[in-house]
Amino acid sequence: MRTPVFFLVSLAVGLALFFIARQYGNDYIFFAGYTVLQFIVLATAWNILGGYCGYVNFGSAAFFAMGAYTTVALTKFPNFANRYLPESIAWLAQGITYMPIPVFMLLGGLIAGLVGLGTGYLTLRLRGVFFAIATLALAVVLQTLIVNWDYVGGSRGAYVIRPATVPLIGNYVEYLFLLMMVLSVIALTVARGIERSQLGYGFATIRDDELAAEASGVPTLRLKLVATTLSGAFMGMAGAPFPYYIGFLEPSSAFGLAYAVNSIAMPMIGGTTSWVGPLLGAVLLGSLQQYATVTISSAVSLLVVGLLLVGFVIIAPNGIVGLFQKFVRHKEEPEIPLHDPAEETP
Amino acid sequence: MTAPLLRIENLGKRFGGFIALDGINLDVAPGERLGLIGPNGSGKSTLVNCLCGTLTNETGSVHFEGRPMNGLLAHQRTHLGMARSFQLPRPFHTLTVAQNIRVPLLYTVKTRPDVTLTEEGLDERCHEMLRLVSLEHKARKMPRDLTQVEMRKLELARAMAAEPKLLIADEAMAGLSSSEVKDIVALLIRMNERGVTIILIEHIMAAVMSFSQRLVVLVSGKKIGDGDPNEVIRDPEVERAYLGQ
Repeated sequence: MRTPVFFLVSLAVGLALFFIARQYGNDYIFFAGYTVLQFIVLATAWNILGGYCGYVNFGSAAFFAMGAYTTVALTKFPNFANRYLPESIAWLAQGITYMPIPVFMLLGGLIAGLVGLGTGYLTLRLRGVFFAIATLALAVVLQTLIVNWDYVGGSRGAYVIRPATVPLIGNYVEYLFLLMMVLSVIALTVARGIERSQLGYGFATIRDDELAAEASGVPTLRLKLVATTLSGAFMGMAGAPFPYYIGFLEPSSAFGLAYAVNSIAMPMIGGTTSWVGPLLGAVLLGSLQQYATVTISSAVSLLVVGLLLVGFVIIAPNGIVGLFQKFVRHKEEPEIPLHDPAEETP
Repeated sequence: MTAPLLRIENLGKRFGGFIALDGINLDVAPGERLGLIGPNGSGKSTLVNCLCGTLTNETGSVHFEGRPMNGLLAHQRTHLGMARSFQLPRPFHTLTVAQNIRVPLLYTVKTRPDVTLTEEGLDERCHEMLRLVSLEHKARKMPRDLTQVEMRKLELARAMAAEPKLLIADEAMAGLSSSEVKDIVALLIRMNERGVTIILIEHIMAAVMSFSQRLVVLVSGKKIGDGDPNEVIRDPEVERAYLGQ
């Protein structure tokens, strides 16, 4: 299926789900659905760098939070401008007051993408565990900065008042769900497009053997920058509507462990070599966590991730997709026994 | 006299206090089959790594087709026509055999301004390379399904897919049986007949002697022999240092 057709089909499926969910008239479906969709974007974004290139990023929460805090910073700007800026340029604030969420998402994506580019540039020579530690350090540094940045609420947190309705769609939560659904479709289309392109080949060679990749003419350093930027941008875009979803943003929720753990666990459980893996992982884990949160407790939801991750590492280290591919291979090429049982003497 | 394809002048490389390469001078002519030998630790692989941009030389210079190579990254040197195979095969293990060959076609050949490659053209060149190394029937297999000699062939085919002017084959025959060695030597000669200059680094003397038109000997980072293979191996210094008393 060609990329534009895939995009349109996915969008149609997403819209169908939206209208089906609307028939139930229950807000919770959209609240829970938003979280699952948000994890689809996060897992897909993580997989562009972690799955396709083999660079494990422990700092997903930092990129997500960057998107969220971009929205907070822009939402608070009109008040700040009225108070501290000269009247001659305070008109700028009026423009920002009416900025729609898709614009926040683009700006959040832009800023997180730029930070991703910077991170990639600073860590170009780091591989394996050293790269992972560097991304973890980035999350800690950014969280410290946000905690001490009074303008966005610091450690106290910041309130973002969500409008009750939005024109054309009505319910604001449904609007947020719709935005995240479109973003998920875009993220999946981009990931699938990468997989089938020259870029995908380049990423795979980086994952398999960087030295051999360079010897084959692959500009590994440039491709790594592309991966860190794209991955960071999608995580930032996923984070941008979050303040409107949650209503009150504080550093501990934006930089929460759940984002870092889930964005790694979901592709691992689904399978990291294909765009389908993060989608399967996010739907499976996201739904299970939502179920555990409402039936048992929110603390148990992260335990579900841990247990599933341990289970998959043992049973299917290549995730659900890997398990499926193994099954198909076995069907195509039945395993040849080491010795012919007919030759055995009684 | 034709201008050398590769010119190495006073090339030096140190690892801390250890001098790996000590002022190497070497010219390689276009179309030449050069054998490079030396005992373990003599600096052969370091020389290859400096030539290909994996390591940075501290002194001296490398010129390829008259163009200075110092400061160029490994992939940029590949784009200019310098390819290598590795001592231990390093296939892209999540890609099929055909996809392994596709990588240099996409990232090296396709980037050349005078080349336009369609999807069919890519497939055709890919199969041509696999035919050259007799691996066409394994095109859809994963590298883990290949035997040792097939893996070596894949390594050479991948290097050749970049359509290089110079191919550096680093111990392409290590661990192979004598019939497999003959197979690889014949393959390298076929590649040379396509106009590719080849530097063969090897320990198996029978292979080096049957392949090389010229032989260079490295010992302790210094070049101690350079010339006709039959004359070089009879040089007393070479015999003492490399082949034994």
